Amino acid sequence: MIPALRLLVRHNDRALAAWALLLALLLLFLSIHPRGASGGVLAAWANQGVALAFVAVGQTIVVLTRGIDLSAGAILALCNCAASALVRGDPAEVALGIAAVCLIGAACGALNGLIVVRGRIQPIVATLATGAILSGVALLVRPTPGGSVDDRLADALTGTVGGVVPVSLLLLAVLVAAIWGPVRASLTGRTILAVGSAEPAAYMSGLPVDRAKVAAYALAGLFAAFGGLFLGFQTLSGDPSVGASYTLNSVAAVVLGGTALAGGAGSVAGSIAGALVLRTVGSLIFFTGLDPMAQPLFEGAVLLVAVALGAGRLLRIRNRLEVFR
Amino acid sequence: MIPLVRALPRPVAAPGPAGVIALALVVLLLAGGLADPRFFSPAYLLQQLHTGAFLGVIAIGAMVVILTGHIDLSVPWTLSAAATFSTAFVGAAGEGAQGELGLLVGLAVGAGIGLVNGIGVAYLRLPSMIWTLAVNMVVLGVCVLHAGLYASGSRPSAVMATLGGGWIGSLVPNAVVVWMVLSAAAVFLLRRTVAGRCLYAVGTRESAAWLSGIDTRRVLLGAFVISGLCSAVAGMLLAGYANQAYQRMGDPYLLPGIAAVVLGGTSILGGRGSYGGCVAGVLLITLITSMLSLLQVPEAFKQIAYGGVIILMVGYYSRRAAAERA
Repeated sequence: MIPALRLLVRHNDRALAAWALLLALLLLFLSIHPRGASGGVLAAWANQGVALAFVAVGQTIVVLTRGIDLSAGAILALCNCAASALVRGDPAEVALGIAAVCLIGAACGALNGLIVVRGRIQPIVATLATGAILSGVALLVRPTPGGSVDDRLADALTGTVGGVVPVSLLLLAVLVAAIWGPVRASLTGRTILAVGSAEPAAYMSGLPVDRAKVAAYALAGLFAAFGGLFLGFQTLSGDPSVGASYTLNSVAAVVLGGTALAGGAGSVAGSIAGALVLRTVGSLIFFTGLDPMAQPLFEGAVLLVAVALGAGRLLRIRNRLEVFR
Repeated sequence: MIPLVRALPRPVAAPGPAGVIALALVVLLLAGGLADPRFFSPAYLLQQLHTGAFLGVIAIGAMVVILTGHIDLSVPWTLSAAATFSTAFVGAAGEGAQGELGLLVGLAVGAGIGLVNGIGVAYLRLPSMIWTLAVNMVVLGVCVLHAGLYASGSRPSAVMATLGGGWIGSLVPNAVVVWMVLSAAAVFLLRRTVAGRCLYAVGTRESAAWLSGIDTRRVLLGAFVISGLCSAVAGMLLAGYANQAYQRMGDPYLLPGIAAVVLGGTSILGGRGSYGGCVAGVLLITLITSMLSLLQVPEAFKQIAYGGVIILMVGYYSRRAAAERA
């Protein structure tokens, strides 16, 4: 039992470190928050980070295949704009609207996957291009910020259960467990990780490489759509220009959460912690009374130090050639 | 029966990146010119070269880094920081020979940021995509803090203003001359020097380059310093052109710079690419942007056209490469 546990810890050391950091930051945040630790404060904190966490989950799945999705922010923006036009009216219309937005996100992601697989274009270039296209489409859907989102549902989703647990965190946990859980356990999920480890080997073993890649990008699109929807519930409107910061922050969250950009190893849970850490640092600075002008520098420095910790890997290397992997 | 084997005529090679883009440029200009005669005027074309020169200088740095198989996402704030600190120095020191030292300040800022990028990527072995992004955010923070602490005068020196905004006898913009001089230097570096061959070697397979006795870490460090210097030069040219430095002046140049390099046929994985394609890519992006602006196409369609061109061109290159291998 204990050796199994030790193995589990060693395989997930970076994700666990991200969760430990998150816990420490959260405790610090709650202790210095002027309104103290309450369900409302916790819900407000969670709402700040959940949209980014959704995008980071999708980004992780793509990064596991050794790809990258630079259109994640654009898909989030497009879905946010679509939500502000579709998710309103009577309950049936709201439900249909949510389904439509999710479908749009997944379709955009699947398009990315097809361009990468069929067009044989490097993911970074392909998604850079589709990112431009999709942010153009978002501008067509909603040229200026505005629109409206069903506010009763929004209130329910951004509140708390029993005044303690934030609904947004539950939503995140349930959706990730219900969607990524089964996929991860399936052949497609195993292939997603195998492709990231060694694509030629996965292909030679007869694994459905192309299908796994398209599925990974489609899932990334779907999770970006969840992010866009949640952002809509948070702001009650759509904004075509929100995407840019989400793309790069989601990559940062993935790295903070311990997933290797070289693919094949990492976890979705770590990325969730990474995303929440990034957002907590922002709120924390806000309440510590640091000079507002020094805030961006502090945030940047935190990210820089967190990324630099990754260099610790060098200490474990015995053969110089391993450095180049 | 065994079929007879005979030499097939060599298929005519499909045109390479520079050729395709040259073709696209001609078609674009002809189509534009027929719709609106303004596109044919030399003044318009020179104006395009002037706008393209800033992007061109940035693309040189982006290409050198991409050739090694890495990427520099710190371009926007390296550019802004070099412009901000050089013009602040000029504002404090005043015009004249003393103020021209501001040029050195700008270059030092660029080289310094490049050095930090390079140390992280080459020596600490951090992924360039995330390390340069973090460096970009720190530089952003420094610039914001600086703007908050010192209400310093932002004024380009005489040399910056002349190089960025001046013309040689109202014929050739000086910025284009700067771009051409730096281009000549880049071609010399990539094709005629050992350092240039090392860039390609590291981009192709770093472990092989290292085993062949190349200090790959120094090559990577050098590539990022060159990129930082190019961003700094572009920043000071832009400050001279706009007569001031401003926050976020570098933001519109990050992705177009990378796109120009990729459109020019340089592999994003490193190790392959020619500088001629990079110049053609810069011209294509500049021309598309300006034509769509002149035709008053909404921003949304500009973005869509922009992404569409990248997918079409890069898709074509990869099919061509696959056909050549077959």
